[in-house]
Amino acid sequence: MSVKIDFDGETLHCRLSGEIDHHTALPIRLETDDRIENCRPARTILDFSDVSFMDSSGIGLVMGRYKLLSDFGGTLEVTGLSNNSYKVMRLAGLDRIATIKKGGENDDNK
Amino acid sequence: MIINEFKMAVDSRSVNESFSRAAVAAFTAQLDPTVEEINDIKTAVSEAVTNCIVHGYKNSVGKIYITVKIREDASVVISIRDKGCGISDIKKAREPLYTTLGGDRAGLGFSVMESFTDKLTVRSTVGKGTTVTLYKKINGREK
Repeated sequence: MSVKIDFDGETLHCRLSGEIDHHTALPIRLETDDRIENCRPARTILDFSDVSFMDSSGIGLVMGRYKLLSDFGGTLEVTGLSNNSYKVMRLAGLDRIATIKKGGENDDNK
Repeated sequence: MIINEFKMAVDSRSVNESFSRAAVAAFTAQLDPTVEEINDIKTAVSEAVTNCIVHGYKNSVGKIYITVKIREDASVVISIRDKGCGISDIKKAREPLYTTLGGDRAGLGFSVMESFTDKLTVRSTVGKGTTVTLYKKINGREK
């Protein structure tokens, strides 16, 4: 499990990979929060394209980052979700607080 | 009728979460499940095992006992048991968003287990432990 983070001055792009569970969520959270606090990005993307498995720990990961970002008005997008991850996110109602997209859904309508 | 059975015990260390769900998924593979069915099982098992680790045994390490039974009707019965602290109010524990932990735990473990399986039962005795049993019919790929 790892996270690669790029910042272009406006958007913080976090590419997650591997399996997200209670064991792997903590290091991802620490690394992501550290960058969010340093960069204070207007827009943050959590990219799940390379995530092969996710349980409810992924929900906490998204909710926690949403709370942190909303402290300074940053927006959150969750992209590249597999069918399984999308199902878990929808169950938690995360589509109400963040833009969530499955893999293959493009950004044409923005 | 049960046609095949698998048992294992693992330490309640978080590194074993991925091993546990992978082992259950591998045993279930003999029913020729779809990718979605396998993912449903892995997700539900992951939630149950995580509960044993973060709730059942909290700051200690104990054994988690996992049994998978395959029945003649191509359904699986997965039981995940700990000998940890037990749950005093099961109804409350199963409520969506209820959590006794702070931080990033969403309180959705039971909700995920319920929606990713056909049936779920919880038996628990305070001070003795908890058994979560998950039931799922495997329809498998189109024959």
